[in-house]
Amino acid sequence: MKILLVDDSRTIRNIQKNVLGQLGHKEIAEAADGVEALKAIAESKPDLVLIDWNMPNMDGITLVRKIRETDKALPLIMCTTEAEKSRVIEAIKAGVNNYVVKPFTAETLAEKINTTLAKLTAAAAAH
Amino acid sequence: MDVRFINPFIAAVKNVFNTMVATQITVGKPYVINASQEPVADVSAVIGLSGDVVGCVVLSLPMQSAMNAASKFAGMDLTPDNPDFADALGELANMIAGQAKSNFTGFNVSISLPSVIIGREHVVSQSRAKPRLALPCESPLGTFHVEVVMVVNKPSAQQAPAAATV
Repeated sequence: MKILLVDDSRTIRNIQKNVLGQLGHKEIAEAADGVEALKAIAESKPDLVLIDWNMPNMDGITLVRKIRETDKALPLIMCTTEAEKSRVIEAIKAGVNNYVVKPFTAETLAEKINTTLAKLTAAAAAH
Repeated sequence: MDVRFINPFIAAVKNVFNTMVATQITVGKPYVINASQEPVADVSAVIGLSGDVVGCVVLSLPMQSAMNAASKFAGMDLTPDNPDFADALGELANMIAGQAKSNFTGFNVSISLPSVIIGREHVVSQSRAKPRLALPCESPLGTFHVEVVMVVNKPSAQQAPAAATV
């Protein structure tokens, strides 16, 4: 499974990579903003994308909307400091499948990733 | 500054360091910063606040505290010549500001991307028109402080977050 991490903080991407590595995921690509992410998605066709909200050049919510213009199925998890209910609702309306608030524990991130993938697998099997 | 806005910052500092740096923080009594008593730091990570609340949050550390915090957060030894050093401290400030503002119920607040200043014993100069509070912090990583500079920019605001303890 290919996973794309989109966050302007390399420290956060490294932490996410460590968690994903512990979960057995090895094919991990990185992007530092929405513009880089769109390019990476077009080139590498990831199976899951983790997206920060506040980033330079193109923020995460804009990235989610752009992805959903052409791809309704790609699993997207927002991983951000934006914790207000209004922001969560905005992200869900834009098309994210799950939401992780920073600061997060490794267990929380792993649980959200596993839950998201399990739901999508179950939905695919039902069709 | 309405002191009731400070409690979310105290909670955020403790939670961010506890969760992401595995470090317990003791926050001392907040104090008002005056012009004759400007706090100095070697590293400052600055996050701007805009919207219904205007101002900034500054995570200010002596160099040794900054290296300890950045290294423990990133899981590798970080010194100021490594670009990840500023990245790590900027992200800690980002999480503190983001978590605190999420508890400003009824206020629409945006945070900026972090800027990180590195320089021995520098002062982050602020507008004297805005009230400034410092939260002194102690931890096994060393001492540091979080500066909160803000005014409410919402004329009809009656609701404030969490009860005051300051």
